[in-house]
Amino acid sequence: MIGSKVERTEDKKFITGKGRYTADITLHGQSYAFFIRSPHARAKIKKVDIAKALKAPGVVSILTGEDIVKDKIGGLIAGWKIVSKDGTDMKLPAHPPLAHEQVNYVGDHVAVVIAESLEEAKNAAELVTVDYKVLKAVVNTADAMNSENIYDGIDKNLCFDWELGDKAKTDEAFSKADQIVEIKLTNNRLVPNAMEPRASIGDYNSSSDQLTLYTTSQNPHLTRLVISAFNGVHPEHKFRVVAPDVGGGFGSKIYPYAEDVVVAWAAKKIGRPVKWVCERTDSFLSDCHGRDHVTHAKLAVQKDGKVTGLHVDTIANLGGYGSLFATVTPTYLYAPLILGLYDIPTAYCNVKAVFTNTAPVDAYRGAGRPEATYLIERIMDQAARELGMDRAEFRKKNFITKFPHQQCLVHNIDSGDYNAHFNKALELADYKGFAKRKAESAAKGKLRGIGFSTYIEACGIAPSSVVMSIGAGVGLWESAEVRFNATGNISVFTGAHSHGQGHATTFAQIVSDKLGVPMENIDLVHGDTDKGPFGMGTYGSRSLAVGGSAITKACDKIIEKGKKVAAHMLEANPDEIEFKDGEFIVPNSNKKKTIGEIAFACYLPGTYGEIKSPLPEGVEPGLKETAFYDPINFSFPAGSHICEVEVDPDTGETKVVTYSCVDDFGNLINPMIVEGQVHGGLAQGIGQALYENAHYDETGQLVTASYMDYTMPRADNFPEFRIEYTCTPATSNPLGVKGCGEAGAIASPPCVMNAVIDAIGTDVSMPATSEKVWSALKNKTNSEKKVA
Amino acid sequence: MKAFNYHSASSVKEATKLASSNSAYLSGGMTMIPSMKMRLANYKDVIDVKKIKDLHGIKVTSKSVVIGAATKHADVANSKEVQKAIPSLSSLASRIGDAQVRNRGTLGGSIANNDPTACYPSACLALNAIIHTSDRKIEAEKFFKGMFETALKKGELITAVEFQIPEKSHYFKFPNPASRYAMVGVYVAKHKSGVHVAITGAQSVVYREKNMEKALNDNFSASALNGISIDTSELNSDIHASAEYRASLILSSAKKAVEHCK
Ligand SMILES: Cc1cc2nc3c(=O)[nH]c(=O)nc-3n(C[C@H](O)[C@H](O)[C@H](O)COP(=O)(O)OP(=O)(O)OC[C@H]3O[C@@H](n4cnc5c(N)ncnc54)[C@H](O)[C@@H]3O)c2cc1C
Repeated sequence: MIGSKVERTEDKKFITGKGRYTADITLHGQSYAFFIRSPHARAKIKKVDIAKALKAPGVVSILTGEDIVKDKIGGLIAGWKIVSKDGTDMKLPAHPPLAHEQVNYVGDHVAVVIAESLEEAKNAAELVTVDYKVLKAVVNTADAMNSENIYDGIDKNLCFDWELGDKAKTDEAFSKADQIVEIKLTNNRLVPNAMEPRASIGDYNSSSDQLTLYTTSQNPHLTRLVISAFNGVHPEHKFRVVAPDVGGGFGSKIYPYAEDVVVAWAAKKIGRPVKWVCERTDSFLSDCHGRDHVTHAKLAVQKDGKVTGLHVDTIANLGGYGSLFATVTPTYLYAPLILGLYDIPTAYCNVKAVFTNTAPVDAYRGAGRPEATYLIERIMDQAARELGMDRAEFRKKNFITKFPHQQCLVHNIDSGDYNAHFNKALELADYKGFAKRKAESAAKGKLRGIGFSTYIEACGIAPSSVVMSIGAGVGLWESAEVRFNATGNISVFTGAHSHGQGHATTFAQIVSDKLGVPMENIDLVHGDTDKGPFGMGTYGSRSLAVGGSAITKACDKIIEKGKKVAAHMLEANPDEIEFKDGEFIVPNSNKKKTIGEIAFACYLPGTYGEIKSPLPEGVEPGLKETAFYDPINFSFPAGSHICEVEVDPDTGETKVVTYSCVDDFGNLINPMIVEGQVHGGLAQGIGQALYENAHYDETGQLVTASYMDYTMPRADNFPEFRIEYTCTPATSNPLGVKGCGEAGAIASPPCVMNAVIDAIGTDVSMPATSEKVWSALKNKTNSEKKVA
Repeated sequence: MKAFNYHSASSVKEATKLASSNSAYLSGGMTMIPSMKMRLANYKDVIDVKKIKDLHGIKVTSKSVVIGAATKHADVANSKEVQKAIPSLSSLASRIGDAQVRNRGTLGGSIANNDPTACYPSACLALNAIIHTSDRKIEAEKFFKGMFETALKKGELITAVEFQIPEKSHYFKFPNPASRYAMVGVYVAKHKSGVHVAITGAQSVVYREKNMEKALNDNFSASALNGISIDTSELNSDIHASAEYRASLILSSAKKAVEHCK
């Protein structure tokens, strides 16, 4: 099963509309919540008047920030502590689930109206008057530190001023460099746009004092932990969080949101189920956004093309508050990766994280690694151009070639073969034939360019001892339980939670191979804190590397116990028993038991007539095992991508005409699912490069708050992707897997931008919209005219 | 969406009789329903006109193509007769929105709405259309008044649009990357009486570019448009395209439209 393109068992229900999402759930006596959101980017709340609205038909309750204070409901948290270079802790503003004194972005939560129907809730919401004192908004990332302080006590709107690397050594490398290459980059802000908008339903049972929250979450256990421990809504043992089918997240559904907290709290308060379903525009306004960096970088290079140092200064926009993973994304998930695949002896990275009056920014597909890859791959291209070297040769000259490799910043890379995937990509893309294709395009009046991008990511997030030592508020292990039922089929419980990744298929493939049980007899149970063991959820391409490894470990324990039982039943020594293809065998004999027989025996022990108990003394009945897996290291997927674009110089319209990638994800469990993940990642990455942009105007209004203005790429924006692999298995987990979920989104933005810049011969920023490319070409022509 | 009374009219007469100061006709609903759901529009009475037989169908004569107001974009796109008589018109319909929109959205709804970025209004101006309503016939020149504003009076129902068949024509659309409405759309039609160049997406309302018409009347070729300067003062400017960029798109799109005329 492992390594084969098994069709996804979950697809039938999804394709035929039988998925069960949070919004599909309707509970008896359910009420409907509608959130009143701030129309201003920054304002003081003088008064919220709900008197008139309370009398409107169908209104059950209206709750405001004052009620949050009264009920001592805690604020939303940032779960990763970053320490500034001067030794002080990061600074965070309070983040109440309903704003009390101040609103900090358009879409911030001010009050919730709960009514018998959604229409009645909306009607009543129109009667709520909020008296705001509007203040000047801080919007721009680069200017945030020079603007008015948004929060008392947070000077210059600075959350932290953090650094990584050896500054003195890096300065020295620059003082000795033959050439210094500089680049200024903007990593544009993106809206995650999960197909399923967020939703949550709170349901309180006063008889059992049990609170249930149904929500669109990538990690229900973490949601329960945070809402119990920090928001203080309900104790963990009386609180169940269920995330049924989840329709995409890309990171945006990792975090418990204000709506989750409010709906859970309100359900308990009013004693009725409260349901909230986000509408698309609210989703644009209030889902956590991604990226939003401004970076100035320098590369020290020798005449022969060896890179000797890298210096990076980044300003990262956190938005209006510090979201759950917001502080680790532009620091530990970013800076260690700026070295790319290159053997760079010294580097220094300074990150200043700023607050602005925009939606909170947090981890989004790739989280930090796309920003790092964009920076190193853009500056490598720039350097090759300035040195007059072939861009492919320049990269190869600087690749790490020996493994394990301790990088100068943080990571110790266990395995890889960078020349292998780069050379394969050059062939797949037919680099040799590029000049001919460029000439053909020119004959049609089009400008053709080729772009390269190589990347490394740290996935399988990961070793608790490491992440907690650098500020994580939780460990990042994963759990699994493999439970045989008496009839021989298996329920597998995982702490990971699929939101489109196909875990039910991939994880069943692993169990099927390990235990020799057909896939149809294996069911995956996830997304419910009352069912499975505590787990850390799905993000950071970790589910297989960490969660799959926990399942593997649990299977090993099952086999171990099975051997004891089989030995007893077969009157042999446990050490001699071999397990293969679902059978326990005494070698060189015809004595064997299937794993199904063993499972049955484990559940029906005891003497029965002539038959003596199958269980040896001291062995407990039942056949189920739990395992927690905490890896020894991150895993390091890497790869090489090459694309070609055609630009219409009349209109600036840019089309990606070919896209080739060769990725090293270690071992592949299901190559079809992997290919799907690569496709999705590429779509989002090419989307970032050419189309997508969350655009706030200077007053902090989100101009791109619907699909009329936010350019979601569509299928016809992409060529047929050419996808191949190389394989160096990971050594940090028993499956040898590295993670594939984010790679496409990490590698493709610089790949496309390098191709665009190659085509037009001048710089342009993301997204390279047709107008921007047209203007860049026009400016270039004008300045060339001036020079001539 | 706020509650409203739903009526389904079976004749033009019944529809106009139901109309009041707080009512609206519902055709494909592709614009009206989203704006009601977003609470930008509320009506007491919604009068569905899709079941009115007289509002459906396509009639082609030697001089004109008459299309019922409730005819869906997909039907215009797939009509063999329209494809033969005015290929640019069926091609325009085939590029509106996506398959779902084309299978619900209608000609009447589109021109009544008069979105500044919609496609059909440019066809009306380029093809000398006459808008037939429950009360009268209106020349296209006098129909499109301003942004989302038409010559229709309260309760007046569009019944059909009569397009004049040109010698040759083409609609070139440069789509807005996000919405895929026209960021600039140029409809060029060569009639015996002269060339029409209608432009949508570029200003607050569809208009005819008289400088281009003049140049093309003298010499119907793309090169005749070289050097034509486009006044940017009235052009739309937004996050997708500045006025200068739109001006350049108007020129390049007009040239392509002329080149593709058939
Ligand atoms: C996703 C999307 C993409 C689109 N892309 C494009 C595009 O690329 N190009 C383009 O041109 N359009 C586009 N449209 C618009 C679409 O083509 C419809 O034409 C438009 O939405 C209106 O047509 P309708 O039949 O749906 O009208 P409705 O939504 O039913 O009505 C619109 C307005 O017209 C009035 N009305 C309807 N029929 C009549 C009548 N017979 N007489 C008088 N008044 C009437 C209604 O009262 C209402 O005010 C798009 C729409 C969507 C949703």
